[in-house]
Order: sequence, then C-alpha cells, then structure tokens
Amino acid sequence: MGYMLEIQNIHKTFNPGTINEKVALNGVNLNLNPGDFVTIIGGNGAGKSTTLNAIAGVWSVDEGKIIIDGVDITKLSEHKRAVHLGRVFQDPMTGTAATMSIEENMAIAARRGERRGLGWGITKKERESYKEALKELDLGLEDRLSSKVGLLSGGQRQAITLLMASLKKPKLLLLDEHTAALDPKTAAKVLAISDKIIKEHQLTAMMVTHNMKDAIMHGNRLVMMHEGRIIYDVSGEEKRKLQVSDLLAKFEEVSGGEFANDRMMLA
Amino acid sequence: MATYFASLDPMSLARALPGSVAQGVIWGIMALGVYITFRILDFADLTVDGSLATGGAVAVMLIRGGMNPALALIFAFLAGMAAGFVTGVLHTFFGIPGILASILTQIGLYSVNLGIMGKSNQAINVMQYDLVASLRYVTGENSTIFFFGLIAGALVLIGIIYWFFGTELGAAIRATGCNPQMARAQGINTGFNKVLALMISNGLVGLCGGIYAQYQGAADVNMGRGAIVIGLAAVIISEVIFGKFCAGRKMAFAFTLGAVFIGAIIYYIVIALVLWLKMPSDYMKLFSAVVVACFLAVPYMKGKYSKKRRTA
Repeated sequence: MGYMLEIQNIHKTFNPGTINEKVALNGVNLNLNPGDFVTIIGGNGAGKSTTLNAIAGVWSVDEGKIIIDGVDITKLSEHKRAVHLGRVFQDPMTGTAATMSIEENMAIAARRGERRGLGWGITKKERESYKEALKELDLGLEDRLSSKVGLLSGGQRQAITLLMASLKKPKLLLLDEHTAALDPKTAAKVLAISDKIIKEHQLTAMMVTHNMKDAIMHGNRLVMMHEGRIIYDVSGEEKRKLQVSDLLAKFEEVSGGEFANDRMMLA
Repeated sequence: MATYFASLDPMSLARALPGSVAQGVIWGIMALGVYITFRILDFADLTVDGSLATGGAVAVMLIRGGMNPALALIFAFLAGMAAGFVTGVLHTFFGIPGILASILTQIGLYSVNLGIMGKSNQAINVMQYDLVASLRYVTGENSTIFFFGLIAGALVLIGIIYWFFGTELGAAIRATGCNPQMARAQGINTGFNKVLALMISNGLVGLCGGIYAQYQGAADVNMGRGAIVIGLAAVIISEVIFGKFCAGRKMAFAFTLGAVFIGAIIYYIVIALVLWLKMPSDYMKLFSAVVVACFLAVPYMKGKYSKKRRTA
C-alpha cells in the first residue's frame, strides 16, 4: 500500500533577500500511511503551521514535492487541492462563513472539489442528513440549521468546521491548533469530536498543537519540529509510552533548553 | 420667511412624485448591482460610474441604428458585464487593489463611452422610437401600464437574483465575499467568483444605464457621475429602514432586494422634496454625499458609543 501523504524535502523562505528573511521550512520530509493520525509539536516558529499551509497550498513552496495518494499537488492552486483536504484552523472564524446559515455552510463543504452549477444550493435530502450529523455533535445545533453561523460560539463553530471537513471524505485532514483559541472544557470537547470523526471515517490526519499532553494522548504518531525541520518522529508502542518529560528531554537535547520558556503548555 | 413658505406649492411636489418613483425603480436596478458588490462580495466597486454611461451609450447608439429598444437593453447589459470583467481581471489576475482597479476601469470607460457615441451625448426622441421607458410615459395616458411594467420588471429581476444566489454557484459567490479563506479551503475558486459577481453587478448597472438613457431621452458621457453614491444611498437607506423587517423571515434575501428598490425610490422622493424646498440643484451631489456619509457613519458611531457604555 502506498503512502497517503509524501512530503519530500520541502523548503520555504519568507521575505527572501530582505531584513525580515525567515527560513520557515528547511527540508521537511514526512510520509504518512493511510489512517495515520500524527500530532505535530514544536516551539514558536518551528514550522508546524507552515508545514500544514504548505500542504494546503496557501503559497507555493520554494523547493521539494508534496504528493497526496500518488498525485503530485505541489503546483496546484489552493482551491484545486481542496478536493483532497479537510481543514480546521486556529481561529474559529476562519473555517466557516459567518453571514451564511449552518446548513448553507455544510452544503458548500459537501460540494468541496465539485463543479458548482446552477442547481439549487441545498436539497431537502441533504438538510435531513445534516440534521442527523449535527445531532451526533450533541451541541443542540440540529434545530438551528437556518441560524447564521456568526451567531454561534467559537467551540460550536470549530465543531461545525470539523463536521464540514468530513462531509466529503478528505484524503488528509489538517488540524492547525484548532483548539488553541477555546477554553479548556470546550477544547476537550472539540478534541473528542475530532477523535471521533477521524476514527469513524478512518481519516489520515495531522494535528498541530501546543499542548504536549494532547499530542501524546491523541493519534498514533508524534512528530517534533524545530527550526523548519522534523527532529523527532515516534509511533506505535514507543509513542504510547511517551511522557511529557521525555519530550522535554528530547527537545533540550537538540535545542539547549529554550523550549521550556516557550508558550508550550506543560499541564 | 412667510413669502418663502407661500411660494411652496404642494401640488408641484405631488406632480413630481410619479417621476421620483419611476426614477427610483430604474436606479434601483443599479442599486441591486451595487448591493451585489458592496454587500455580497464586500468589494467597493466604482466601475459603476463608468459602466452606467456605457450601458446608456450602447443602448442609445443601437436604437439610433434601428435596433428594437428592448433588445438594445440586452446589449447594454452585456456591455456592463464587459466593464465588470475588466475590473475583475485587473483585481484578481493582476493583483491591483479592488477600489483602484475599479477606478482605472471607470476612467478608461470615459474614453470608451465617448468613442461609442462619437461625442459627449446622443439623443433619442421618444416620438421617433418605441422606447421602453420615457419621461413622457410618466404623465402620459398610459402611465398605469408604464408603472405596472416597471414594477413587474423589478420583481422579475428580484426573482432572478434571488434564485441565482440560492444556487451552488451563487452560494460560492456569497462564501467568497464573506470569507475567502474558507471559500478556498472548500475548493471555491475565489478569483473566478469575484470576476463573475463583478460582471453580474455591472451588467445590472449597464441595464439601468440603458433604461435611464431612454427615460431621459439621451445618453450622456457624464450620466454615471456619482452613480455609486446613489446606489449606496439606496442600499443603506433600505438597510436602515427595512433591515429589521427583512431579517429572519422566510425568503429574507428577496425582501432585502425589494427593499433596495424602495430605498432608491425614497432617495428620489427626498431629492424631489429638497428641490421642492428650493435648494439650488447645484448642491445636489453634495447633499447626496452628505446623506450617504451620515448613513454609513451612524452604525459605526452607534457601535462605538454603546461599547463605551458597556465597559463603563
């Protein structure tokens, strides 16, 4: 069986040739098997979110290749790659259209990567299935299908964005610190929903997080980044046994201690 | 003072009203276009000042050339779409900021419009051609039929736009305007959708120009000057007065579009009123600008004021 995602030696430098030059990705290599759920940790500016943005095609990489399920997407524009990807962002406002209703947002997501024509934007049958899907979230949203998404809380919006990402099964789900802006209780709930959706649909997923505990508890694989490279990659049994202290030690080994001062959450 | 009030003739105001309503409905078509860019796409499109005159120029020249006046409106619509296409491509493909792209198109269109007409204005006489709209119809014996036709036309346009923005494609345009990042993540080509929305919007503006040129019996290269302000005024007046009424009800969007027409009618009634109060017509544009500035500022100031009170 081939890899679901192959990242081959990608490089990205922002503002090259200026005083603000920043090497964000410095030769990232990563292969994901179908069904892999990898958590990504690292300090600020380590290249975690940048890696996800490179895969999503927010800008093009300077060097290297990105291959999803055998298809080279390195040169595709952002909206063309979307057919392969489900995305949830750090800012709950980013993943949904605030002035549109819950069902309209979902209908847009259900047509990800399809030609959008002059057929009616949402059908009766769809509406029923969205209602069912929302019921499973257990947030009381199933009776608010026609409410504007802008009226919902951040946690509700993230939950809907997650649901939207899975309506059309993506080859890869990208979670970019999607619980960082939520209060701890809501964050836990959104994480639980993430786990459930990934399991249910057997998705391949990448989750960037600042919370080492979350990184250890979720997924079958963990990757640590530092200065635009992957410096640590564990999976299986080894990852299950991992402790926060192991990660800290690992990081100090490569960076010399600055990690603990970072905005990393140790709790 | 007493002589001033004595000189005001209520009957002359009443006589002006049907014309205000007709003008309001015609300019309401342009206001629909402004609504699409300004509210749905979140794009301040100044192309309209040029594309309105383009629509008028194309319609008048085709009618003078012997084309059926109703058929000429289709070409006015297409000419407007072409103008919107230029702005859209300047913005999305060449990366020029939206307002600037639309100003460039607008300035360029001035020459294009002169070129279409061969001089700064061209007249069409209602006695000579079977026009779809004319000042003469407002007071003529068939005025009921004329107003019925205008309103029916407006309702048809509302229906078409309501339908379009309910389709998959229309929803994609709305998502593009509301949250382009989300739209791209959902596989929506935001550049394409922006160009398309600008084309539809300016198509409506061109259509309005074509009808208005017939209404006033001439196309003029300056007929679109300040059109964007009239369009914004109609949109904003409609939101201030009918915003609460439209929100939350079934087919709210159709009501919102209808309200835009009523906003345009109210605008022209207010204009008729201040003219009737003998305000010199030279000050008309200043008056319009002040009205729009006030209506745009009110929601912002209100928000600022209530925020201060909340934190206090």
